Amino acid sequence: MALLQISEPGLSTAPHQHRLAVGIDLGTTNSLVATVRNGVSVVLNDAAGHGLLPSVVRYHKDGVTSVGFTAQSQAALDPHNTITSVKRFMGRGVKDIPDLSTLPYQFIDAPGMVQLKTVAGVKSPVEVSAEILKVLKARAEASLGGELVGAVITVPAYFDDAQRQATKDAAKVAGLNVLRLLNEPTAAAIAYGLDNASEGIYAVYDLGGGTFDISILKLTKGVFEVLATNGDSALGGDDFDRRVYCWMLEQAGLHTLSDHDKTLLMARARAAKETLSDHAQAQVTAVLGSGEVIDLNLSEQAFNEMTDSLVRKTLAPTRKALRDAGLQAGDVKGVVMVGGSTRIPRIQAAVGEFFGQTPLTNLDPDKVVALGAAIQANVLAGNKAGDDWLLLDVVPLSLGLETMGGLTEKIIPRNATIPTARAQEFTTFKDGQTAMSIHVVQGERELVADCRSLARFELRGIPPMVAGAARIRVTFQVDADGLLSVTAREMGTGIESHIAVKPSYGLTDDEVAGMLRDSYAHAQDDMTARNLAEARVDGQRLVEAAEAALTENGALLLAAEELLAIEKRIADLKLALREGDLSSVKRATEALNKGTVEFAARRMDQSVKKALTGHKLDELEF
Amino acid sequence: MLDFSRNHFELFALPMLFGIDAEQLDQAYRNIQTEIHPDKFAHAGEAEQRLSMQWSTRVNEAYQTLRKPFERARYLLQLHGIDAMDAKNTVMPADFLMRQMEWREALLEAREGRDIKALQGLEKDLQAHARQLQDQLASLLDAQRDYIEAGNVLRKVRFMDKLLDEIDATYEAIE
Repeated sequence: MALLQISEPGLSTAPHQHRLAVGIDLGTTNSLVATVRNGVSVVLNDAAGHGLLPSVVRYHKDGVTSVGFTAQSQAALDPHNTITSVKRFMGRGVKDIPDLSTLPYQFIDAPGMVQLKTVAGVKSPVEVSAEILKVLKARAEASLGGELVGAVITVPAYFDDAQRQATKDAAKVAGLNVLRLLNEPTAAAIAYGLDNASEGIYAVYDLGGGTFDISILKLTKGVFEVLATNGDSALGGDDFDRRVYCWMLEQAGLHTLSDHDKTLLMARARAAKETLSDHAQAQVTAVLGSGEVIDLNLSEQAFNEMTDSLVRKTLAPTRKALRDAGLQAGDVKGVVMVGGSTRIPRIQAAVGEFFGQTPLTNLDPDKVVALGAAIQANVLAGNKAGDDWLLLDVVPLSLGLETMGGLTEKIIPRNATIPTARAQEFTTFKDGQTAMSIHVVQGERELVADCRSLARFELRGIPPMVAGAARIRVTFQVDADGLLSVTAREMGTGIESHIAVKPSYGLTDDEVAGMLRDSYAHAQDDMTARNLAEARVDGQRLVEAAEAALTENGALLLAAEELLAIEKRIADLKLALREGDLSSVKRATEALNKGTVEFAARRMDQSVKKALTGHKLDELEF
Repeated sequence: MLDFSRNHFELFALPMLFGIDAEQLDQAYRNIQTEIHPDKFAHAGEAEQRLSMQWSTRVNEAYQTLRKPFERARYLLQLHGIDAMDAKNTVMPADFLMRQMEWREALLEAREGRDIKALQGLEKDLQAHARQLQDQLASLLDAQRDYIEAGNVLRKVRFMDKLLDEIDATYEAIE
């Protein structure tokens, strides 16, 4: 009998083995992880059977971190060290947080993003979010029985570049390979659209714990095309809670409260709001630290009145999104409701009235985003090749540069389909000017001061010329994750100086690497082992991709000796994967990457030809 | 590597005309993106991932250019060696400028009076006029091949587009 083969740990042998990939909804209030199992997208539960993980992180004195229900239930006991709704601080500075004074945290104003002082040291919102992601990653790996190939992480569509970058950094710190950042309403549309195989214009109204998004999509033959998106990245269920909280203070005649009481009453306010989703009244009772008892009755009508302005605040972006899409409310075939806050009856009524139809609520509004993300993750991981559907998403906010007088010059307009690139030429202001400061901003307003500053960098080495003679070409590129990179190049004299920035908002790559190191218990060995494991996964993936490409059309597109050269590099990389150290794996991976550039280009040309003719590859002459 | 020699029309296998079939353009766009979008290469090698992003970016740019009548006409003229939006070409016929002034006054009035009805009426009026200009463009570009005159009409279209943008901004300001 032949001996059974056993693969090396961490390396898959069968190229078409199911790759473990998940979708993660990193929410303001709750987070979830989902995966596609036997062709169906399902939310993964924890050992106690809970799907939702409260997005609450508590730091303890002894270095222990608790996340989820335990942390949430103890929030009032330790308000300073129990971080809730951390998503609202992602990529945000102190001045961006409107209700700073009502929050029990000690904020530190760091460049780009606030930090929080806790008993376990100063924490960035990126690290706090990473704690949540780590728990979800562990849950998924335990449930699926293996290491994840990667994850799709959802972000509000209206998140700007700083918030997106911060989310991606958090995933990196948690040791997750991000397959894609996906917009939450788009994720919901996938979950709905693929279920119902619908065609036409759909609106996704997504009111979460801390963010509001509205996206208008066109569904045509499996293509989900986002036409326009709008929203408010600081409006959500938390604001409804705060209205109820303020009402409670007013009714009970309370003025100064301890942080314990604040946290307690905020929890009661939320509970009252949730009760009103299916009751006409809610009773609010609480015993304060002083022993004082609060006992109030909140009617649905009173709740609707105190939150009416919040509901209306969601309709203005909805109108704008429709107008940007060049559509009327009547053109919309269906309205999908997403996010726990859409359970509020007044919101369903207002949205129904605006669109003149009953909104769709047949999928759980708390889970639909994670379910859609899992479907996308499954495809991106390469598990489903035959199923032809595609997402075309957009940039939510215009991207531009600061010009003379503090004015914004827009380079990429909002709602441009990604990936996208635009270049524009600028010139010098003074005779002999040899450097130029490039300030990248995001937003719709004309004054730079009213937009979000994303990055500043300098282009040096411009040859001295008279004012206006130099030609500086600035190129903005937004990738499929919606992340921006900027390049500036001096072209006037043919001498090119060139700088590329990847703005990372207060966190440099080194800092992210530092957090990653910290989270691996400071052990150098762990890092080395981890680097090798990652390099092997990359190398293995490349071998599989190259072999699949050769099988598909290697014979058609490559001359015999070209084919041999690639096969040789594949063999080299396989050998390195079996026996080599980190540097030999990296070298062999790089060699195979370089060796397949020309082949990749021919394959891509072939794909375009195929798309235009509608024929299969083998029917084409080459 | 990337074949930039093909123009936007060739990329989508469309005739080099102003009057293209919008449905055919949409379909060609969707078909190509379905083949080359980065989501299709998330598990591929580095070279293919990079190429796919470049291709997808290029296809998006081409689609956005051909989809909008103004951009499509401007691009067509460029292919015929004419930069219609050259800063030197600013002379507009007096009657068109008069019309513009009247429209602007009406817009200002609607804005100050917060008069949605008037704004909607003005918008309809402008859209009808914009369509007329587009018909003229189609005839000048595709039938008469009078690119100089097409450039003149295109500059009028630009004026109209700007006005329509201002109407959008006014809706936002009023609401």
